[in-house]
Amino acid sequence: MSTTTTPPPGVSEQDLARLAEHWGERPSLRGWFSTVDHKKIGRRYLVTAGFFFVLAGLSALVMRTQLARPEAGVVSPQEYNQLFSMHGTAMIFLFATPMLFGFGNFLVPLMIGARDMAFPRLNAFGYWVFLFAGLFMWASLPFGAAPNNGWFAYVPLSGEQHNPGLHMDVYALGLLFLGISTTAASINFIVTALKLRAPGMSLNRVPLFVWAIVATAFMVIFALPALNVDNAMLFLDRRFGTHFFDPSGGGNVLLWQHLFWIFGHPDVYIIVMPALGIVSAVLPAFTRRGVVGYPLIVLSIVSIAIISFGVWVHHMFATGLPQLSYSFFSAASTIITIPSGIQIFAWLATMLLGRLVLRVPLLYVIGFVVTFVLGGFTGAMFALTAFDQQVTDSYFVVAHFHYVLIGGAVFPMLAGIYYWLPKITGRMYHERLGRWAFWLVFAGMHVTFFPMHLYGLFGMPRRVYTYRSEPGWDGWNLVSTVGSYLLAVGLLLVLVGVVHALRRGRPAPPDPWEGDSLEWATASPPEPYNFPVLPRVHSLHPAWDERTAESVRAGATADRILSDGRRTLVTSELDAHPERAVQMPESTLMPLVLAGALLVFFTSMLFAWYPVAAVAALAVAATIAVWLWPSRRPDEELGVSG
Amino acid sequence: MSDGGGVVAAATGAEALSTELPVGRSAGWWGMVMFVATEATLFACLLGSYFYLRFQYGPQWPPDGIGAPELLKPLVMTAVLVPSSLPVIWAEHGIRHGQRWRLRSGLAATMLLGMTFLALQATEYAEKLKHFTMTTDAYGSLFYLITGFHGLHVLVGLTMIGWLLAASLRGGSFGSHRHERVRNVAIYWHFVDLVWVAILFTIYLSPRL
Ligand code: HEM
Ligand SMILES: [Cu+2]
Repeated sequence: MSTTTTPPPGVSEQDLARLAEHWGERPSLRGWFSTVDHKKIGRRYLVTAGFFFVLAGLSALVMRTQLARPEAGVVSPQEYNQLFSMHGTAMIFLFATPMLFGFGNFLVPLMIGARDMAFPRLNAFGYWVFLFAGLFMWASLPFGAAPNNGWFAYVPLSGEQHNPGLHMDVYALGLLFLGISTTAASINFIVTALKLRAPGMSLNRVPLFVWAIVATAFMVIFALPALNVDNAMLFLDRRFGTHFFDPSGGGNVLLWQHLFWIFGHPDVYIIVMPALGIVSAVLPAFTRRGVVGYPLIVLSIVSIAIISFGVWVHHMFATGLPQLSYSFFSAASTIITIPSGIQIFAWLATMLLGRLVLRVPLLYVIGFVVTFVLGGFTGAMFALTAFDQQVTDSYFVVAHFHYVLIGGAVFPMLAGIYYWLPKITGRMYHERLGRWAFWLVFAGMHVTFFPMHLYGLFGMPRRVYTYRSEPGWDGWNLVSTVGSYLLAVGLLLVLVGVVHALRRGRPAPPDPWEGDSLEWATASPPEPYNFPVLPRVHSLHPAWDERTAESVRAGATADRILSDGRRTLVTSELDAHPERAVQMPESTLMPLVLAGALLVFFTSMLFAWYPVAAVAALAVAATIAVWLWPSRRPDEELGVSG
Repeated sequence: MSDGGGVVAAATGAEALSTELPVGRSAGWWGMVMFVATEATLFACLLGSYFYLRFQYGPQWPPDGIGAPELLKPLVMTAVLVPSSLPVIWAEHGIRHGQRWRLRSGLAATMLLGMTFLALQATEYAEKLKHFTMTTDAYGSLFYLITGFHGLHVLVGLTMIGWLLAASLRGGSFGSHRHERVRNVAIYWHFVDLVWVAILFTIYLSPRL
């Protein structure tokens, strides 16, 4: 951490010292557990989601090893079921969304010129819940008790009768637990972007990445409850003998699927949208110009968010569709092509009109465009009914959605990691190492998943632990497996690159890329208070705008220092007109305690220790009461809550 | 510290901050509205499930032996719960004008009504449980899940109101410039009331249509 920032002209040494005192934390263990700093929380999200990605990736490697040759015996069928279920569940729920939320946590306050999220303690709470829920789910794997019915867990196969043991209880409870975190983070993103934008950052100057995160958060708010209701019903059916999904008691198995896909349709957009936001954020720095068609992209972001709910309607009127699993991917990818096509054309135009700087982040952006477009293309193929009969639940589908998910989410994330690494760590990455990693990842991805189209077409079903030797299956499966190892080596090199940067990397200047948004107007890594003077925004590219820099210099005498407390500025929703300064909460252990109490609650529910669960529920209520109890700090008299 | 405390020190320069509080919607207000939005979706999914299962079930609904739900008690419960929004509004407006007694009496009245509602619901459960339980069939599962989940929300709302009342009785916590939490809890309580109306229609009235 750089501790000796020279104050901008007009900011006194005392102001800076006071800011550091109000926002800084002592580097103690307690400080580590109690921090509410969005940058630290964002980093933790990134690291934790990365860790779950490694676990899910290792599961995939074991599967690919098993499938390398016909009739192999690396894992048993039961183990294989748990592996692909945990792989899919973790990739979707514990990696993709949390990773993107990690970027959001680190970046949104910086990009909008605020000093923290709107609800910093809620933010810390969301992280702890994510960590605990992830560990809760992964911990079941070594005991052979992991979810074993795929990531969409269809009843009746996931019901008590067909699936005794803890497997699906872990799934239902784990996702309910995790949902608390995702909801909390989403509310926080929306309110932060609405109320904490720097003065002058009217809606038409909000960075595209922030737009994408907010649209995603809205989708979560309205999509996730369906999954929660579903899982609550599943758990009640399994454990307490209710009949929501049980035809013999008047229930209906299709109810599970309907509720699941009411969530699941928007979920594709929930994953891909913030990743597209990363692309829009990375491009200006490597094309030396603003992204073409800002209003069009905003429009497309908003319409994706709305369309994703339009698909609900398609779902609610469709009767008993047996192959929902992939009509999901097909419907989603067909419709997403229109607005995301707009974005892709805008990016291509940006690249054509700009001056390309072919650094690693841009390589990943190009890799993303290529892969994602291919994935969209195979998605459109499902629209042909005859074709679609042939490939239902085959490896063709697996190939298709990995093109969409790896192309559409993982590549942009990797672009983001390289792009923001200097900001996050204060260190530059090693360019050559980064390039090697990119080519391995890119080649590995295509070598793994392209052949899946082929043996999928030849009829190899998904979710089988082994297969008989068949012409067209053996060789290509081996190629896939080799590819997955290549991919793994590439990802390992990414990790090596990060560690190398942390250990040996050149110290990063505040703005190594000449980026256009406000995070580049801070130190690398940013001070705990983010901005000594809260900036005033005059255009869409504040970091390229002399007036913003001028406002920081001149504004030093005005009210945007707010050094007399742990404060940030609240502005109006539409035109970001300053309204008041608010006192932000201090570090506290409460979020950790609350998440811990919830962990006890869910664990005791899992093992049917109901008295313990009741005690934990009381502890949860008590913790919330203590957390919210108004302190007598004079600042509270300002009418600040949080 | 007076309730009308200033907002920001050193408001100089071109964009002095308003010293009138509150200005615009607060972050807490938006947070509560978003929370209520996601909760409302949750109830919509529950009620949607009810109708889905009902229409898959067949003509006899509720199933044989259960019979259409009694209306008297739920109507009384409605008559208790829905008006309980009024004292909350009264309390909220009171505290905006710095009248703590209105805050306290309004909250106390709401608590009383809310607790009456829960007591009535308990007696209703006691009766119903003699006929059918959560495990009898899908109808029972839905009935207890939906009404029980709503009851839980009433309980949470009551806890929040009790918490406000306690904080206010402790002295000096709320005032004319410091009532955001009252406003936010009020939003939640109105929401709980509104959901009940939807439940009344779904569970109690719709089988009789
Ligand atoms: C890192 C390299 C990856 C490899 C080698 C890989 C490999 C696989 C394989 C072989 C399957 C099929 C299992 C089967 O049907 O028998 C699978 C399924 C799946 N993968 Fe991946 N995958 C990778 C990354 C990802 C990522 C990044 C995501 C999402 C963000 C993802 C999401 C899924 C999902 C949702 C399934 C379906 C699970 C199910 O059938 O329930 N995968 N993966
Ligand atoms: Cu569908």
